[in-house]
Amino acid sequence: MPIVEVKQLIKVFGSDPKRALPLLKEGWTKEKIHKETKLTVGVNQASFSIEEGQIFVIMGLSGSGKSTLVRLLNRLIEPTSGQVLFNGTDVLKMNAEQLRKFRRKNMGMVFQKFALFPHRTVLQNAEYGLEVQGIEKTKRREMAMESLELVGLKGWENSYPDQLSGGMQQRVGLARGLANDPDVLLMDEAFSALDPLIRKDMQDELLELQSKMKKTIVFITHDLDEALRIGDQIALMKDGSIVQIGSPEEILMQPANKYVERFVEDVDLSKVLTASHVMRKPETITAERGPRVALQLMRERGVSSLYVVDKGMKLIGVITAEDASNAIKEGLQLESIIQRELPSVAPDTLLNELFELMGSIKLPVAVVDSAGRLKGIVIKGAVLAALAGNADLGAGEQA
Amino acid sequence: MNLPKIPLGSWIETAEDWLTANFAPLFNFIKFIIGQIVGGFEMVLRGTPTLLLIAILVALTWYIAKWRMGVFALIGLLLIDNLGYWDHAMQTLALVLTAAVLSVVIGVPVGILCARKNTVQNIITPVLDFMQTMPAFVYLLPAISFFSLGVVPGVIASVIFAIPPTIRLTNLGIRQVPDELVEAADAFGSTPGQKLFKLQLPIAMPTIMAGINQTIMLSLSMVVIASMIGAQGVGADVFRAVTQTKTGVGFEAGLAIVIMAILLDRISQNVIKRKKK
Repeated sequence: MPIVEVKQLIKVFGSDPKRALPLLKEGWTKEKIHKETKLTVGVNQASFSIEEGQIFVIMGLSGSGKSTLVRLLNRLIEPTSGQVLFNGTDVLKMNAEQLRKFRRKNMGMVFQKFALFPHRTVLQNAEYGLEVQGIEKTKRREMAMESLELVGLKGWENSYPDQLSGGMQQRVGLARGLANDPDVLLMDEAFSALDPLIRKDMQDELLELQSKMKKTIVFITHDLDEALRIGDQIALMKDGSIVQIGSPEEILMQPANKYVERFVEDVDLSKVLTASHVMRKPETITAERGPRVALQLMRERGVSSLYVVDKGMKLIGVITAEDASNAIKEGLQLESIIQRELPSVAPDTLLNELFELMGSIKLPVAVVDSAGRLKGIVIKGAVLAALAGNADLGAGEQA
Repeated sequence: MNLPKIPLGSWIETAEDWLTANFAPLFNFIKFIIGQIVGGFEMVLRGTPTLLLIAILVALTWYIAKWRMGVFALIGLLLIDNLGYWDHAMQTLALVLTAAVLSVVIGVPVGILCARKNTVQNIITPVLDFMQTMPAFVYLLPAISFFSLGVVPGVIASVIFAIPPTIRLTNLGIRQVPDELVEAADAFGSTPGQKLFKLQLPIAMPTIMAGINQTIMLSLSMVVIASMIGAQGVGADVFRAVTQTKTGVGFEAGLAIVIMAILLDRISQNVIKRKKK
């Protein structure tokens, strides 16, 4: 079951907003509704679900309704209609007390402009969420300190926010959001106010934190590169509606319409796609077979080399057709003609890194996971095709 | 067209009579409470030996404001004593402190209510305009008929005149707390009370203190008017000097008020600055 499920969520601003509902159902645009009724559509019939442990990115330009949408999830803005289900419970049906409890325990938030309390120290900021729950002082201090350590702010706990740099302030914001150990963390343009370099560091750290803590994160951004970098799923918004939901590759490779297409056309694919996106299935053989079998296999498959693996698909090396036929003539075993030194990369290697490697060698590059198992091979043509935006090559053959 | 005059004046008088007749117990209670507070302050201020009290006040000023203010306090307070206005000055101080305390006790909560509900703000704002601009003499009369002559109607008149800044600036201070901070407090599940005490009041405090400072200064400016209805103190000395055209006495008593005003102003201004360090 998804941890958060949003169904037909609508927010309309203005007096008596309910009158816009039938119009939206009829498919009126935001512009038309505003012209006819003076009502402003913030979010138009958004539906999506977020799996536990996912980074779900909501991305769109300013005015697309993404910040409104994220505030509907914890009802900082009251939705006009629809459902927000958290583990199956409808958040919109909660009374004030239940909602407070939900915000305290289940949904933390990190803000674009940090929103740190200027009269409180870093530690007091981090413990705020615990303090309002009534957790006693030594306990909450301990938890807040842990959270500060996690974001690398140990030693700064007695400083005030205005004594910290922007990047550090947002770390405090992150620590405050994490301190109550919420199930879902909402991050509203959390890194947008930071310098590009610091932003990249923070993205890396978030990914690292995420791999450790397995939090479900809803991340709002207007920066496509950021979305592609950290998102497991991306929802693209325009004029309050979700235009497309999908993995970063799907958004890039199969844009749902012209709008998404225009959006993604400037993306530097080489910084987004990885070896696993462009690799193809390798032709393999186990080392016990003889050179004749190998040659036969190559002829059948129409390739000039074979990857030698053990029974667990662990990569041993590569043999070429030339070496194999020599081996048959000289009566050698397959074992003795294996080239064990061969170029290999991890599945998450970015294409721009692959490029440099591929310029200098003839053979395809082997893609090997952390356990040494062969996952696929990358040939030059596939990389170029992927960068040219051809979705069919490589991407269709993901291992 | 000749419309009959609206009998506003006689309505007011009818209301005054009705209130006097029907709410006497309430007015007596208020009178008793205020009398007790003024009495308490007077007992402390007039009961302490003059030189000891001066030493305490100088130390306090020195501690809260800068050392230069401490020196000023020493010279100023000794001057008041030397001119022979010490006892009256302490009576005046008791009245001013009572008015200030009541203004804060009433004004801050009213200001908070104004900040929370626009309706309350819309009702209170014209009332405050009325209180600040209606000449004080006008409401001295009903104050006398409700509370009779003496220090109590003086305190009431001072509170009416002096309370608006505290209410207005409490309201303003809370409303000026950035929306994003209020949103953050909400997002972490604060109750309205937690939001008020952990976020809004601490952040609004410098603004609220500015309001309280203004309230103290305004209540001090009422002491001469209060003396017309029987409040004792240096205000009464000024009033007598004016009616008897004694420029010298009037100047001396007026100087005592100025010295107290400067001290009260600097002390109340610096309380919040010190706290921030």
